[in-house]
Amino acid sequence: MIQNPTLKSTMKAWLYILPMMLIIFTFNLYPIVKSFAMSFYTDYNFYEDVVHAYGLGNFGMILQDSDFYLAIKNTFIFVLGVVPISIALSLGIALLLNQIKFLSGFFRTVYFLPFVTSTVAISLVWNWLYHRNYGLMNYFLGWFGIEPVHWITDPDYSMLALVIMAVWKGLGFNIILFLVGLNNIDETYYKAAKVDGASGFKQFRNITLPLLGPTVFLVSVLGVINSFKVFDEVYALFQAKPGPAKSTLTVVYYLYEKFYTEYQYGIAAAAGVVLFVIILAVTLIQFAYNRKFVHY
Amino acid sequence: MDGHQKELPDGLGSPDRRYIEVNTLQVRFEEVSVSYGDKKVLENINFTFPAHSLVSVLGPSGCGKSTTLMLISGLMSPTEGRIFFGDREVTKLDAVRRKVGMVFQNYALYPHLSVLDNIMFPLKMAKVPKNERRDRALELANLVQIDEHIDKKPKQLSGGQQQRVAIARALAKEPSILLMDEPLSNLDARLRLEMREEIRRIQQETNITTVFVTHDQEEALSLSDQVMVLNDGAIQQMSTPRDLYERPDNLFVARFLGKPAINTLTFDPNGRIRRMMNIPQPYAGQIETVGIRPESIMVTDRPEDALFRGEITHLERIGRDVSAKVRLGSAEMVVSGLPASVEEGQTINLTAVDDELLYFDQTGRSVRWSDVGTAAGSAGA
Repeated sequence: MIQNPTLKSTMKAWLYILPMMLIIFTFNLYPIVKSFAMSFYTDYNFYEDVVHAYGLGNFGMILQDSDFYLAIKNTFIFVLGVVPISIALSLGIALLLNQIKFLSGFFRTVYFLPFVTSTVAISLVWNWLYHRNYGLMNYFLGWFGIEPVHWITDPDYSMLALVIMAVWKGLGFNIILFLVGLNNIDETYYKAAKVDGASGFKQFRNITLPLLGPTVFLVSVLGVINSFKVFDEVYALFQAKPGPAKSTLTVVYYLYEKFYTEYQYGIAAAAGVVLFVIILAVTLIQFAYNRKFVHY
Repeated sequence: MDGHQKELPDGLGSPDRRYIEVNTLQVRFEEVSVSYGDKKVLENINFTFPAHSLVSVLGPSGCGKSTTLMLISGLMSPTEGRIFFGDREVTKLDAVRRKVGMVFQNYALYPHLSVLDNIMFPLKMAKVPKNERRDRALELANLVQIDEHIDKKPKQLSGGQQQRVAIARALAKEPSILLMDEPLSNLDARLRLEMREEIRRIQQETNITTVFVTHDQEEALSLSDQVMVLNDGAIQQMSTPRDLYERPDNLFVARFLGKPAINTLTFDPNGRIRRMMNIPQPYAGQIETVGIRPESIMVTDRPEDALFRGEITHLERIGRDVSAKVRLGSAEMVVSGLPASVEEGQTINLTAVDDELLYFDQTGRSVRWSDVGTAAGSAGA
């Protein structure tokens, strides 16, 4: 049924994709273009949507704002904390889950639950876990004779508290991806490796890990992108504050403050553009690395 | 690379200069059984595969032949019984420590490693120094004639080339035994023939004890020194390919081997076969079934010599080969090697070379009284 395109058939085709195009245009393309444009509005009336002046002033402002640098620094610490720990932990748990037959479905569900639970609910629970007097975290630490840590209120520990919660929350999703990856490795490779004299750890090192490369890549790219955009965890865990002494101020939190509390729309948009460029750059680096080291 | 190839004929010529020096061993099973729950896969298996020989394990699917191979490799352990390599008992050793070489049905080449790295993998696991590893892998690549492709990834190779790499990898650690699990089943017909000869060549060059599992009788009969036929978890017969074909121990083996399959008829103690074939009295009473290979049957002009008389119901001519289905009353027989002059619908008189007839008792066991006669038979396998 291959026809030569006529004006009529082309119009018909456009008509079919029109509803989807409208949705994509309204909710994806337009906001992207608009926020890029907005980052160049230096004098702007939001309510009347009138732009009085354009320029690079917004970028100049954020690049001189020490809070913005702090936000970038915190975001990088968060990403570098969450992504590797999350990958290592979820890979380890996936390997264990892959070994057990009994109750594996149950455990998979248990690990996946945090991912489908609302961040606000999770943050409330963790707020309790982190409570300086009654929290379970300090209770456990007490077993080892460690003094109670002021997780939420001490600027030295608040980022750690955030990272732990974010790792825990994202674990389930990564575990599912790793389980799929592990399942895709043909059992005969392990048989061949055994016959070739590779014991347990060598099999992991020489078979599992390289053949899981594509999954590790996928998980790390998704993890990096998601972690750079961290906001709701901060907002909920520290009760609408960027942590004690701005210790968990992230780029999106910065953007949010500029937009909703300071009404500096142009600056918020400029921060968004900078975040976009950072994520793009990191992802490109990951892709370059992938091409070199991950084998399909 | 040219240099390597020029050396090859030398190595082939002199038996004392082998590419791979293997300290090869016999494989012995003692009362080995394997069962999953109630299901018995192998029952009380006893055999010895002699050192330096190529043995095929042949049988229909589900007969336990792959299980036998897994048991030798150590990837599976027997429920009962003992396994020996030479004098050493290996029953309790797992695959990592048995150090056999194995070629898997789907080759199982590590997809992320180059051909050379694949061949070197077992050596790397054995912590062989890097230079030595490389030299040895190159030597093996040369032996299996894959040395032009050592830097490629497995998926860039054809099936036959992957097969060669798999063999080289299996031989890399100088195993005492080489195992092959249906290694030719994933190849097309032409490559299968080529690789069959290659496997034989490599086995003879390395002189390594090789166990070859297959469901293809042609492969087993053409390739091996000895064939072990398995069915329902029990050994049906283990002998040379020729004996297996000409002197099957039982009805299963007789029916399993040969294309077209053997004709089997119910033996009539007062019938024509009994009278014409001079079957001595004590044996005639035991015989239940007569087996006649299609190629043992001949057309005769003299009705008085005929064992059977029947009408050709179906004729097949493939080049010079003429084979036919002949109706004998209610039974039907397949006859091959007929003269080109026969026609469909024609009624013909048939006789058979008398020492090529096979007789079986009620339980399907072979009944033999003259060991001299059958061995001299001319039924070309």
